[in-house]
Amino acid sequence: MKTKANGHKPTAPATQLPKCPTGIQGLDEITGGGLPRGRPTLICGGAGCGKTLFAAEFLVRGAVQFDEPGVFMSFEETEKELTANVASLGFDLASMIKRKKIVIDYVHVAANDLHESGDYDLEGLFVRLGHAIDSIGAKRVVMDTLEVLFGGLHNEAIVRAELRRLFRWLKDKGVTAVITAERGREQLTRHGLEEYVSDCVILLDHRVFNQIATRNLRVTKYRGALHGTNEFPFLIGETGISVLPITSVGLNHNMSSERIATGIPRLDAMLGGRGFFRGSSILLTGTPGTGKTIVAANFAQAAARRGERVLFFSFEESPNQIIRNMHSIGLRLEPLVKKGLLRFHSARPSLYGLEMHLATMFREITEFQPAVVVMDPITSLMDAGTDYESKGMITRLIDYLKAGQITSLFTSLTQGGHVLQQSEAAMSSLMDSWLLLQDLEGNGERNRVLYVLKARGMAHSNQVREFLISDRGVDLVDAYIGPSGVLTGSARVAQEDLEKAAVLASQQEAAQLKREVERKRSAIERQISGLRADYEIEAVELRRIAEQVGTSTLMLTTERTASGILRQADAKVVASRRVNHRNGKLN
Amino acid sequence: MKTKTTKRRAAKLWQLRLYVMDSTPKSQTAFANLKKFCEAHLKGRYRITVIDLLKHPQLAKGDQILAVPTVVRRLPKPVRTIIGNLSDTARVLVGLDLRAVD
Repeated sequence: MKTKANGHKPTAPATQLPKCPTGIQGLDEITGGGLPRGRPTLICGGAGCGKTLFAAEFLVRGAVQFDEPGVFMSFEETEKELTANVASLGFDLASMIKRKKIVIDYVHVAANDLHESGDYDLEGLFVRLGHAIDSIGAKRVVMDTLEVLFGGLHNEAIVRAELRRLFRWLKDKGVTAVITAERGREQLTRHGLEEYVSDCVILLDHRVFNQIATRNLRVTKYRGALHGTNEFPFLIGETGISVLPITSVGLNHNMSSERIATGIPRLDAMLGGRGFFRGSSILLTGTPGTGKTIVAANFAQAAARRGERVLFFSFEESPNQIIRNMHSIGLRLEPLVKKGLLRFHSARPSLYGLEMHLATMFREITEFQPAVVVMDPITSLMDAGTDYESKGMITRLIDYLKAGQITSLFTSLTQGGHVLQQSEAAMSSLMDSWLLLQDLEGNGERNRVLYVLKARGMAHSNQVREFLISDRGVDLVDAYIGPSGVLTGSARVAQEDLEKAAVLASQQEAAQLKREVERKRSAIERQISGLRADYEIEAVELRRIAEQVGTSTLMLTTERTASGILRQADAKVVASRRVNHRNGKLN
Repeated sequence: MKTKTTKRRAAKLWQLRLYVMDSTPKSQTAFANLKKFCEAHLKGRYRITVIDLLKHPQLAKGDQILAVPTVVRRLPKPVRTIIGNLSDTARVLVGLDLRAVD
């Protein structure tokens, strides 16, 4: 365990340095296992950066998790103050002191009461530290803040010489030491402590951007070991420090091919008929009032109804407001909340920095173990940091969710203009599916349309659907796509009516035509029967005339015969023959 | 008046502690210097306790010892601390507030 037998200046060994795990969440990942074992590490940063806390956590976790007792040599805070300060983070120093896991030694350096006369050394400090270490067999030492010595002692030459000796002595002791120091103006520390501590230097920083403070940690130096050189955001939460490394997340999640319904049947149909993949990340973008929260709530409700746990992070509305608003469109979320399947978590984005939000979300997710997570809207959260920070945060969030096979739906608010040109273009590349809700304006009205912009790994509809919200819920309707473009809302209804009218008109026209033809036919028939009647009449007339003619001829013949008889006897024979013939024919 | 003064003076027994680390030449110089001052200014009214931190490291914490050698004036109050081998006479006198007594 001890790296050095003698206290000579160490040279970087070829083999991997032995590491001393800090137990601080995330830090051991960055440093590849912890701080260099048996060597001093310098923690520097400005006031309020969390130096003391860092040191205290290193010590406490060492004592609790790794069974390495520690000595806290405090130059600034008394034992009581220190105990009280770290108690707020859940560290019970008092009981650890009782159990001989930790020793706190408060070194009071009173500049006013201290008079110097002649030569001296700091052997007293060594003795105290040595005694404390030996009394509990300490493996870890914290000195917070050693620089107080520069203020209390006037002879800087002696202090410097003694510090050099102290660090060498610490190394000889084989303890892993953490030394805190104030950040200097032009150098890492105000009094140049870094020249004595050369093995590992960690810089803490507290920065305010857009009125929101973010803490950052950077390992500036780690002799003899690979380490993450980036600046990592960290935060001081209820359980101490957690460093959240962006770059430490990998891309090796297990992926499920199970599909889950969206809660809107027509939307499922658009997504290859079966909805989203489980464990995928879904982005829902839209301008204000396009129904993002409604789609999200539908999704949440559908999942909760299947018996899955749903965690709904809302950054703009309170849980009751969402429940009330969704009730107005027929979504009953309250019973699901009561059943414990749906949980809301509302927080103003500006309440605290991104890191704190992320940590809170992680904690909630770990605690609730949801299958579906909804963030509404992610954009207002992104305002809490710079673009770079927020993208990093979302990457980590998505990775965290995917690692846990949690399906996530993020809504994203776009500010008018062309939606695709907005900054989510950067974010969208992290998402598996992207739905777009859009307002179409025309005919003095706004109508909502929805389309699937992308859906990785599934066949999906390329069509624009009209998104209808009524008091019975939501529905997707085929938008009218015709020569005059996409018609929605009343224009679509009007167009449909127009088409109906046209059909009706042509039907009526056909009927009219039919009636006309019918009428003509009957007219013709009537004409025909009229003509026939005429013909009949004429025929009858003709017969009558013929008869008349016959009768009159006979009478004439008779009369002629009679008169012939009367007049000429010789004409008798001819006339009678003719009459006989005619009679025979007519009879 | 006179008795009062003597009483007050008699009450003012000086209790001095000298913290050293082992009997190094530095420690011996400090002790010799302290003794010399006390003999000169506080004859018969002082008591010096020498504490060797090598033998009693636990005692360092009580008087907030940081450097050695350190002289702590336990009595009279208030407690005053002076560090070093006491080679700077003027600073020792100021540090121990010896002039006030004379």
